[in-house]
Amino acid sequence: MKVLVPVKRVIDFNVKVRVKADQTGVDLANVKMSMNPFDEIAVEEAIRLKEKGKAGEIIAVSIGPAQASETIRTALAMGADRGILVKADGDVEPLAVAKILKAICEAEKPGLVILGKQAIDDDSNQTGQMLAALLGWPQGTFAHKLDITDSAATVEREIDGGLQTVEIKLPAIVTTDLRLNEPRYASLPNIMKAKKKPIDEKTPADYGVDVTPRLKVLKVTEPPKRQAGVKVKSGTELVDKLKEIGAI
Amino acid sequence: MASLVVAEHDNRTLKDSTAKTVTAAAQISTPVHVLVAGQNCDAVAQAAAKLAGVEKVLVADDAQYAHMVAEPMEALILSLADKYDAILAPATTNGKNYLPRVAARLDVPQISEILKVVSPDTFERPIYAGNAIQTVQAPAGKKVITVRTTAFKAAGATGNAAIEKIAAAADPGISKFAGEELSKSERPELTSAKIVVSGGRGMGSGENFKLLEQLADKLHAAVGASRAAVDAGFVPNDYQVGQTGKVVAPELYIAVGISGAIQHLAGMKDSKVIAAINKDEEAPIFQIADFGLVADLFKAVPEMVQELTRLGY
Ligand SMILES: Cc1cc2nc3c(=O)[nH]c(=O)nc-3n(C[C@H](O)[C@H](O)[C@H](O)COP(=O)(O)OP(=O)(O)OC[C@H]3O[C@@H](n4cnc5c(N)ncnc54)[C@H](O)[C@@H]3O)c2cc1C
Repeated sequence: MKVLVPVKRVIDFNVKVRVKADQTGVDLANVKMSMNPFDEIAVEEAIRLKEKGKAGEIIAVSIGPAQASETIRTALAMGADRGILVKADGDVEPLAVAKILKAICEAEKPGLVILGKQAIDDDSNQTGQMLAALLGWPQGTFAHKLDITDSAATVEREIDGGLQTVEIKLPAIVTTDLRLNEPRYASLPNIMKAKKKPIDEKTPADYGVDVTPRLKVLKVTEPPKRQAGVKVKSGTELVDKLKEIGAI
Repeated sequence: MASLVVAEHDNRTLKDSTAKTVTAAAQISTPVHVLVAGQNCDAVAQAAAKLAGVEKVLVADDAQYAHMVAEPMEALILSLADKYDAILAPATTNGKNYLPRVAARLDVPQISEILKVVSPDTFERPIYAGNAIQTVQAPAGKKVITVRTTAFKAAGATGNAAIEKIAAAADPGISKFAGEELSKSERPELTSAKIVVSGGRGMGSGENFKLLEQLADKLHAAVGASRAAVDAGFVPNDYQVGQTGKVVAPELYIAVGISGAIQHLAGMKDSKVIAAINKDEEAPIFQIADFGLVADLFKAVPEMVQELTRLGY
């Protein structure tokens, strides 16, 4: 069974973003970019399935600028087999990403697509679900644990009340949550090996998808700032202060 | 035309997040209808009918909706979509699960976690863990929206809507619910509690969370946690507050042994009052705390419990 793993190049999670003065977006010049952390978890899960003999070829796909090939290389260094880069500059909305991925699924026929539950830049949490719907496939989102048989997946999911388990027929979509696994670091020999693995270059037009944004971003602003308040000296004083202002 | 709000509930009680989503919906398109999809969920429908501003409650009572599995939910909502120009759900794990499927099938973008309705087609939403706020305008056509419920007031309970039973849609038959393990607690729910006491890696163990629970019980507070505390297994996943966990905005948030990473702040920085206890005076949490206490939590928290006891809490 082939496994497809979409990976997104995003601002590194340690970077504190700055909103541009002209309110057109956030400043991405010279900031560290990395693979979306949830996508690392997705790549790791695919590799573990392969190591258990439950997955065959792992294909890493990225839709983004030319530099997204580095993100694919990271996936290849972790253990994915080959890559597809769909070159697109500017913001590509989740629905357009899902349409491109749908076309790739129709061509590659994976048994499973594992995606991150959300990208930490736009925080949309949509792409996996949209892809599932476009394909008419079931989904196991926010996965905490994944078991695969020949024809089905059992997905334990992180939900607001605790954990929920769903059984879904393959082919299916899984999106990762934080506790699914701890992604490995690529070893130096594997980073070298990854340089030889193939990456196919495509464009959205190759898949007949128009990636023009549908939503119009009118502006991007800073949220209201909080100020540091006062320091107290003990737990006793903290309680007294909270009572004073009526917070308790 | 009208807007449709998909209710959040557990078949017995209607969640507060529904009432807040109704408030958002009323600012986009009226009348507002509420869809209650569940099993043996009469009490939920009754509660939804009382929400101010709701004209009609649609009830789809069927086993396939008992746990809001995404695929049957998609089919049901699509079967109703024609009559609405806006479809909304609270940004709970349920809403986030089924609603993007609906948007994709309607071929419209979903607008996730709106914070504000600027006008019926323009919305504010957080990006980059809430470090930037995007104002977006939706194209003409149907709007599919999840609502960050901490940003909206709950609709009151003064309404008297009609309740209409509707037929279930055909189950796509590709998925099924296979069990759940829900956290049980006598304490208020994290997302609706007036006071939240959260612990981080500094708690050191799950056992030590008992200390926070004592404090929480004095204050009738919910207990939350940072990702690090959940990853370490101190507490279950549903305690996680943050960018990728729950978003809370209580009257008072007390962060104990939490450093204040941007991902954590994303989930609590809209709290009215923030208090932080951390032994490291450089911890970023102090930059946003109204009250900071640089101290060992194992000393400070018992002091708080003692003082509360003395004051008769
Ligand atoms: C993709 C992604 C998503 C994430 N999502 C979230 C999220 O939703 N929510 C979230 O919380 N995090 C999230 N994180 C993790 C986040 O980046 C931080 O790692 C995490 O919040 C740190 O938790 P912490 O503050 O408990 O631990 P630490 O950063 O280790 O801080 C522990 C603090 O405890 C203090 N301390 C230790 N002992 C004591 C003591 N005895 N008394 C007083 N103070 C003490 C220390 O001084 C320190 O400041 C995410 C990360 C990534 C990459």
